[in-house]
Amino acid sequence: MEIDPFIFRLSIFILTIFVGYYVVWSVTPSLHTPLMSVTNAISSVIIVGAIIAALAGSSDNIFETSNIFGFLAIILAAVNIFGGFLVTQRMLQMYKKKKK
Amino acid sequence: MSANLSALFYLISGILFILALRGLSSPETSRQGNYFGIAGMTISIIVTFLSVGNFGPGFIYVLVFLLIGGSIGAFIAFRIPMTAMPELVAGFHSLVGLAAVFVAISAFLRPEAFNLGNIGNIKLASLIEMSLGAAIGAITFSGSIIAFLKLRGIMSGAPITFKGQHIINLILGLAIIFLIYYLCKSQSSNIFWTIVLISFVVGVLLIIPIGGADMPVVISMLNSYSGWAAAGIGFTLENTALIITGALVGSSGAILSYIMCKGMNRSFFNVILGGWGANDQTSSSQSKEQKPVKNGNADDAAFLMKNASSVIIVPGYGMAVAQAQHALREMVDALKKNGVKVSYAIHPVAGRMPGHMNVLLAEANVPYDEVFELEEINNDFANCDVAYVIGANDVTNPIAKSDPQSPIYGMPILDVEKSKSVLFVKRSLSPGYAGIDNDLFYRDNTLMLFADAKKMTEEIVKSL
Repeated sequence: MEIDPFIFRLSIFILTIFVGYYVVWSVTPSLHTPLMSVTNAISSVIIVGAIIAALAGSSDNIFETSNIFGFLAIILAAVNIFGGFLVTQRMLQMYKKKKK
Repeated sequence: MSANLSALFYLISGILFILALRGLSSPETSRQGNYFGIAGMTISIIVTFLSVGNFGPGFIYVLVFLLIGGSIGAFIAFRIPMTAMPELVAGFHSLVGLAAVFVAISAFLRPEAFNLGNIGNIKLASLIEMSLGAAIGAITFSGSIIAFLKLRGIMSGAPITFKGQHIINLILGLAIIFLIYYLCKSQSSNIFWTIVLISFVVGVLLIIPIGGADMPVVISMLNSYSGWAAAGIGFTLENTALIITGALVGSSGAILSYIMCKGMNRSFFNVILGGWGANDQTSSSQSKEQKPVKNGNADDAAFLMKNASSVIIVPGYGMAVAQAQHALREMVDALKKNGVKVSYAIHPVAGRMPGHMNVLLAEANVPYDEVFELEEINNDFANCDVAYVIGANDVTNPIAKSDPQSPIYGMPILDVEKSKSVLFVKRSLSPGYAGIDNDLFYRDNTLMLFADAKKMTEEIVKSL
């Protein structure tokens, strides 16, 4: 019997939870705020879905309801992607070692 | 681009995201990690464009909206003061949540674009995944909005509780599950909208009973939710990058919530069910018989610290509120010139979000290798001459170790009282968020400096 592709995705999902568990425990507590802002930025990879939604359908009518939701989601996710990565960068620039 | 090839590229993005988090294990590798994250995101977006393969007028609009959103995001990122990071992160969470809801709605309205079947005949698994994604996304959105309003001070940080709250939440939660089941049978769009609507309400109800002091847990929890919402959408769209990211973010937020709960010695459910923080403010003010405190001024403090050989600074949220971090750094510089060894001690729940104090100190050019976590530095208090507590309170209260009746009993605290003398900068003797009196105020080795944290620190700099 063939395995449902869903099972593969579920396996990836569960394995990544474990990867995430070990990776996040190794994050130094002093970088927990950048951790939150960067996870915020990467979870906006949901923009992938938004792009598919926005570009769906024929070229004649690019502003059907489902497209509009896609476009709105693109704006929201883009705010997050740029905002998230840039603010993380800004914070990480400030972490400096003692000058000797 | 073939589906297999794009799936491989999404996998690469996923791995880059893992490396982005891995980079945060030390400040040296963290910047590189951030570039990995940006690379992963760029690959994901380009691959999506190529696999959709529609470069008509819609594509131009996508780029325009991407740029509009991007400029707003960049503008915010450059302008936001570091003290406002908690609000910013809460606000960003709400955007992820809402984006998840929108994508789910879009997939429901036009399932054929996502290979999920046709309207009225959407695949069963996809229907479950998208409604779960939409529900968690909606909860994340409205919950984060409430958290944002509370952090921003637009809404009072006091917990809002009413009778039967938990039962209503339970009923609404069960209603969502029941409606998802019913949606699978009927494919009715009305039910889908109802699920989204109820989830918005649940998000609000979930966060309003949680007090201001518990915000670090709330933010971490919403961080986790936004990840699970992304994963739900990832399953719907059968997209590996989204599934990997969702799982990463979900577990990251869960671990941070756990660390925060442990820092306050409270169970996760205790925080979620709410109602600490506001209750015993009144009782403690009555019991506060006038115990003698030693009152000092800036000159006394400067004298004590100048003649010390080691000083430990204990910053708390009050320092952030007073914007005293720069003045503090100046004070430390002056002390170092006098040959005093200075380090900083940070409690896990200092500030309004995990790691908040570290960012604020980094902003004030404090080198990160002078800043220590609780476990690293707690033994050093016994050998230290002066502890300078600025804007922290409950996390230094020795009662957490001695009085089993106290609400904060068992909470890990900084052993400030073990140092030879304690300088406590505070505006009054009022209790902190836990609503309990701090025993430390009345110790013989404590000198209270009643003033605004920034003003007092500046005055000390002058007298040094």
